[in-house]
Amino acid sequence: MIKSVSLGSAYFRKYVSIIEVFMLRILHQIFRTGIVTEPLPIEVEAGIEIVGQRLEETIRKRFHRSLNIRAVDAGSCNGCELEIHALNNPIYNCERFGIHFTASPRFADMLLVTGPVSRNMEIALKRTYEATPPPKLVVAVGDCGFNGGIFGKSYASLGGIGEVIPVNAFIPGCPPKPVDLLQGILRVIEI
Amino acid sequence: MNKLEDAIISLLASHEVMDEGQYPKSITSFTVPRDRFIDAARALKKADARLVAEWATDERNFGKGFGIYTCYNKDTEYLIVRAYAPLEDPTFPSLTKKFVSAWRFERQMKSLMGVIPVGHPDQRPWIKHEDWPEDAYPLRKDFDPSCPMPRVHGEYQWIRAEGEGVHEIAVGPVHAGIIEPGHFRFQAVGEDVLNLEERLGYVHKGIEKRFEALSWDEGARLAGRVSGDTTVAHALAYCRAIEAMTSFNVPERGLWLRALMLERERIANHIGDIGAISNDASFAFLYYQFMRLKEGFLRTNLNFFGHRFMMDRVVLGGVAVNINADGINEIYSELDRFEKEFERLVIIYDESPSLEDRVRDAGILKPEMAKDLGVVGFVARASGQRLDCRIQSAFPPYDRIVTKMTVLNSGDVHARAWVRIEEIRDSVNLIREMLRTLPLGEVKTSFKTPSPDVSGFSTVEGWRGEIVYWVQSGPKGEINRCMVRDPSSVCWIAVEQAIHGNIVPDFPLCNKSFNQSYSGHDL
Repeated sequence: MIKSVSLGSAYFRKYVSIIEVFMLRILHQIFRTGIVTEPLPIEVEAGIEIVGQRLEETIRKRFHRSLNIRAVDAGSCNGCELEIHALNNPIYNCERFGIHFTASPRFADMLLVTGPVSRNMEIALKRTYEATPPPKLVVAVGDCGFNGGIFGKSYASLGGIGEVIPVNAFIPGCPPKPVDLLQGILRVIEI
Repeated sequence: MNKLEDAIISLLASHEVMDEGQYPKSITSFTVPRDRFIDAARALKKADARLVAEWATDERNFGKGFGIYTCYNKDTEYLIVRAYAPLEDPTFPSLTKKFVSAWRFERQMKSLMGVIPVGHPDQRPWIKHEDWPEDAYPLRKDFDPSCPMPRVHGEYQWIRAEGEGVHEIAVGPVHAGIIEPGHFRFQAVGEDVLNLEERLGYVHKGIEKRFEALSWDEGARLAGRVSGDTTVAHALAYCRAIEAMTSFNVPERGLWLRALMLERERIANHIGDIGAISNDASFAFLYYQFMRLKEGFLRTNLNFFGHRFMMDRVVLGGVAVNINADGINEIYSELDRFEKEFERLVIIYDESPSLEDRVRDAGILKPEMAKDLGVVGFVARASGQRLDCRIQSAFPPYDRIVTKMTVLNSGDVHARAWVRIEEIRDSVNLIREMLRTLPLGEVKTSFKTPSPDVSGFSTVEGWRGEIVYWVQSGPKGEINRCMVRDPSSVCWIAVEQAIHGNIVPDFPLCNKSFNQSYSGHDL
């Protein structure tokens, strides 16, 4: 009886020490990294100062401090998706502005749509738009979202997002950089 | 040495000769009568060939019919076999029973070119959704791509499973995360997946047809947007195919910078993937750490190559960007910093019991299955297949700066992650070596466009795997056909197979470990 207890505790001690080392590595890495989130670049910062109080007020009034975005790929090459992803990395950390990406259009205040709209996505895009409760904002991302970009208009590509659903604003670029995306989103909700 | 060539020659004996002239240097090609097409496939299968791609062309403007092309590979040998089908009888014998990878190629050929694979077990369309007019064959020359297609009524025949407790879960095309659209249909009992059926084609933008309306230079821009995350590798494969048509020699510094960008693209995407795999196993710490490292790479790209993903930097005749001593020093020191951080994170990845519990033995693609399906890239290398274009068809500088190939046999999520880890380590060394041996001189010279009726072929190892381009010039020296085969065209089907016996909640993790491109597949 005693023997088995001591064996057990030896095992327990070993196990705990492995976990400790593992956790220490993680904590060490976290402290070493520090906070990497950057203040916005000067031009964006200046933009925010100009909008200042009014912007914060807008988000508070209209979006209860949080803007929920549903990203929809309506046919893009996935370049724009990479940059939308980057908004969530610790450097841009868009959550600090109250921007959340939501899993369903039914919770969304804004659709962030990339593409040219492919013919095979037209119906899905319309349904996503209809599933989003009004009032809603639609932001078309990228050169393709504006006019179909290099894919143009064809049997398979319907061109820009505006051909299929109403669009409130465009963010140009191929793909737009994360900073451009943030600027674009901030500009739209300020309108 | 040329096992496939010998196999074809001994099969066809006196009947046929090798195609000459049309493929300057780039690849061996044979034309066979349509009724010997299947014999050729049989002989090549016996010689242990892998079917790389199968595609169709409309060569009526050359006074021929539809071209049916197949490309095979074994070790360092690539070989094309083609047959012709006349307009009155646009059929060819299906190769699907010999090579599983022909399954979707042939469905796609039927859908988009209207050539019928006789004996194909699955006659459902692919890419072409059920609401397209049945007689719309966009890749045919008499199809006007500028006309919008009317929607017709149609229904897709899904694979069904029945029985007590069997239920169906339909997901997509619009998914919960920030990802591309596609549809997945699971037949499940409780949490166990009985079958998964993919249905893709949602991001079909008519890329192959679009090439035919563009100039040679614009083609490189479009190739760079076949799959945004693989922009360097696609543009490079396109440019190399066309440079093969004209036997054009890119200045050495241009070659080195192309390879440098290719390896940087590989590192950035692999880091992101390892992070995303960790995230799908609920280990957010590693996700954020790896994303931080990835962002560093993208910023260096912006500083020294002028674009975060280096889009439009690979152009016909070389590269559109040069690098100075500052850039070289900065890349060296970035690699040193990166390496230290990366290795610390790899230890954490390797030691985390909760992560190990999720990634080991999940989503297994067995080596035999991988071989049958003809998968490529890290998916193949994680399942015991020795495939890497940087070795199989090594172009400079890879003929001098040799890649280390990592091959694992377990074929699970962990193997696919670990192959990426090893490849990041190798790419870091490759970049150092490239910088050390970077030749001086021009990065680009002026490029002469191809003459009529020549074809070019190229393969490039993008970060996902082997990318294949086959380009043919038309009677007026324009782009007549540009065939694109992204690794995703062959690897998506492996996801269906790897998910068998797993539980539905593990699907995102398994899928992420493959991380295939929707856009590269749908075109």
